[in-house]
Amino acid sequence: MTTAVPALKVEHVAIHFGGLVALSDLNFTVDEGEIVSLIGPNGAGKTTAFNIVTGFLAPTHGSVSYRGTPLDGLKPHQIADIGLVRTFQRTSVFPNDTIYDNLLIGLHRQSRVHLPEALLGLPRARLTERKVRERAHELAEWVGLGRRIHDLAGSLSYGEQRLVGVALALAAGPSMLLLDEPVSGMNASETHTFVELIRNIRSRGVTILLVEHDMPMVMSVSDRIVVLNYGRIIAEGPPDTIRNDPAVIEAYLGKAAVHA
Amino acid sequence: MSEFLQHLVNMLVLGGTYALLGIGLTLIFGIMNVVNFTHGVLYTFGAYMMFIVVQQLGMNFFLALPVAVVAGWALGAIIELTLLRPLRGSDIDTTMLVMIGAWIAMQSGALWIWGGVAKSVATPFPEAPLVIGPVSVSWLRLFVLAAAALLIVATYLLINRTKLGCAMRATFQDHDTASLMGVNVDLIYPSTFAIGSSLAAAAGALLGPVYVIFPQMGDLAAVKAFAIVILGGLGNITGAVIGGFILALAEELGAGYVSSGYRDAMGFLIIIAVLIARPTGLFARSERVG
Amino acid sequence: MKLIATLVSIAALASVPLWLRDPYLMNALITTGIFIIGAMSLNLLLGFTGQLSLGHVAFFGIGAYTSALTSLGFDIGVFGDFHIVHEPWPPIAGFFLAIVVAGLCGYLVGRLSFRVRGAYFVIVTISFAEVVRLVALNWIELTQGPLALNNIRSIAIPLPGLSELVIRTKLHNYYLVLTVAVIAYVLIARLVRSHFGRAMRGLMENETLAVSVGIDVTRTLTLAAVISAAIAGAAGSLYAHYIRIIDPDIFAFINTVTMVIMVISGGKGSLAGPIVGGLIFGLMPVFLRPIMAPEAQWIAYGGVLIVILFLLPRGIVPSFSRLLSKQRGQAPAPDGMAFAKNDAKEPA
Repeated sequence: MTTAVPALKVEHVAIHFGGLVALSDLNFTVDEGEIVSLIGPNGAGKTTAFNIVTGFLAPTHGSVSYRGTPLDGLKPHQIADIGLVRTFQRTSVFPNDTIYDNLLIGLHRQSRVHLPEALLGLPRARLTERKVRERAHELAEWVGLGRRIHDLAGSLSYGEQRLVGVALALAAGPSMLLLDEPVSGMNASETHTFVELIRNIRSRGVTILLVEHDMPMVMSVSDRIVVLNYGRIIAEGPPDTIRNDPAVIEAYLGKAAVHA
Repeated sequence: MSEFLQHLVNMLVLGGTYALLGIGLTLIFGIMNVVNFTHGVLYTFGAYMMFIVVQQLGMNFFLALPVAVVAGWALGAIIELTLLRPLRGSDIDTTMLVMIGAWIAMQSGALWIWGGVAKSVATPFPEAPLVIGPVSVSWLRLFVLAAAALLIVATYLLINRTKLGCAMRATFQDHDTASLMGVNVDLIYPSTFAIGSSLAAAAGALLGPVYVIFPQMGDLAAVKAFAIVILGGLGNITGAVIGGFILALAEELGAGYVSSGYRDAMGFLIIIAVLIARPTGLFARSERVG
Repeated sequence: MKLIATLVSIAALASVPLWLRDPYLMNALITTGIFIIGAMSLNLLLGFTGQLSLGHVAFFGIGAYTSALTSLGFDIGVFGDFHIVHEPWPPIAGFFLAIVVAGLCGYLVGRLSFRVRGAYFVIVTISFAEVVRLVALNWIELTQGPLALNNIRSIAIPLPGLSELVIRTKLHNYYLVLTVAVIAYVLIARLVRSHFGRAMRGLMENETLAVSVGIDVTRTLTLAAVISAAIAGAAGSLYAHYIRIIDPDIFAFINTVTMVIMVISGGKGSLAGPIVGGLIFGLMPVFLRPIMAPEAQWIAYGGVLIVILFLLPRGIVPSFSRLLSKQRGQAPAPDGMAFAKNDAKEPA
């Protein structure tokens, strides 16, 4: 077993909205190559924590750093540049574009050329374009939607859109992927496919942090689970530990369930 | 010093009518989220109404004013029902462009009907101005100030003391919740647009006799209305009133002490300066969260 | 297929002066062509980046004035006795300078647009254009104000080895405008199909999502604004050297509205849209002139804009191509989708 190298570090993060303390003194790490899930009852602060880590919200205290680089004050596109890419729960795709065009947009970071070269159609620019288009096809194949690559993303089923959303995030070439309730609204077989996909992504060296409600899915895919309640971490550890942790059971099911 | 006092008096007169313009637009822009490019045309319409009623129909000047206001109200309602209601739910760009189309058509219509030559309206006030110490103000302008103040107070009462006003405020704060609570949006929207338009028409009816009346007079008025709305914050009536007076003051001081040619630029410069400094306006009431 | 259609169109347009003799129509075609270049540049901001900039005429006018003043020379006094004197330069220099200066203004607007979004942005752009108009009107020492800048010289293109080609006649101007229009079209098409174009589209469709994959909003908007403004400035310069007299009325809001109508009716976000819209609304006055007074025409244009927004909100070209693909049994191409066209034939 290789030694764990921390990738994402969340240190003493707290956030206040006026008088409301949404998160207080959050501390956890995600190691390189891990799959970590962030769970907790509704209102526990998972989404808030997620938005802070991905740069969409600034914490009142504390800091988040990725591979040693603090994310303080970085804009979302800069955070993507250092390798952290997130998916979205609701609008996860560009609905009026084909899957192909969606992926091409996602491949923005990989397709950078100098503007004059692009406008003049110089060979170097054309080569980059060709490579990017090939990659778009690869990504579509990889999530199983290769045959539908020229369909409008908005015409896909909910589960398929989520797959495109993940492919879109992967297109940006992340070293760490942050998934926002990726399987919410999916049926059992779609969820199963998704779990395989996540494992596949991790085996290619991408670290994964996900926020989710679906407990069986979380239990089956995570290396470690971090449990939030009322804005603070109440438990942390591998799935088996969490499954039996009284604090977690109480948080979800109430005191009586602990003694059941 | 006396010059400054004179500017101040002029500012009060002008500010009152600007406030009417601003209140009208901030209601429409705030409650309906429509970038109303026809607001200037309604201003022009109010002025031409005065011309028709006083000069062409020979009616009493003081009766003409309510006629102009009611006509503005009616035109506003027609615009909302024919152009905006069918497009409800479209993106803001589409409605904006439709408003531009209506503006072009209506202004060209005015040009076609009345021609480009400026018209003036006879007023029943004595020529000699009222002189108080170092300051002089014409009776007409005093009347304008009084009428504007009356209309502002009436609008306040409408918005804050009536059921309709309450419904309008609720719709402004949260459209969906308001309709879930039983507010009839199909009634609120045309009412809002009509009221806002009537205020613009009132401003035009008041200022038309002060200056002259020509088809493009509403263009500048429209921009000034937007400047006032931006100054005062969307949907903020008090802000619109304050904004109206600030704009009038800036224009008076700018014209008096800088250059009269750039007087009308004051409104534009204010818009640009305020939005660069505070992109949500000076007195923005609610910040969007999330 | 598309390439052939494009080449045929260009050839057809190029042949026009050979059979069209009416100077009035030629004049209309030339000014229409200039406005089409302006409309194409507006489309870049409005249709491909989703920024409703209604001050576009400012870039056009600034280009016109820059070019005119560069070729006429000027002498202005600043801070008392200190004078800035500019000797007249060849008009062709004015053309390129117009592109640069307009582009710079586009840069300012682009940076501004990042801070101020949505309806407020629209208002700011309108204000910007009006301020420019008032400056042109009042800074008489520089611009002659309402007295206008006249006797602007025609552009002369230096030909290596030979003497220069002076663009004096309508024939010359027509071909110059056509050339610039084709160059502008190709430039915009290439831009839209490049990764910059995709970034613009991503921003327009879903900014939050676009930003999460690394698209820089400010940079993209600014780039679009600069290129859009520069092309508009080029059009302005062509206008100044063709009409040879310009006054502050060039900044009238009605000129922005004309370009907006051309873009919206033709189809924003489509490359051919502004051209179709431009030809229709640029040439309509010519055909309506015998039957309708100008004011009545404008009533009609306002009405047409409204009707198009109600019935064909996407514009003529996209609605037409949608109809065509339905007839062929294909799924309609998505809005504004130039990216995938090249590989449509690749196996799935």
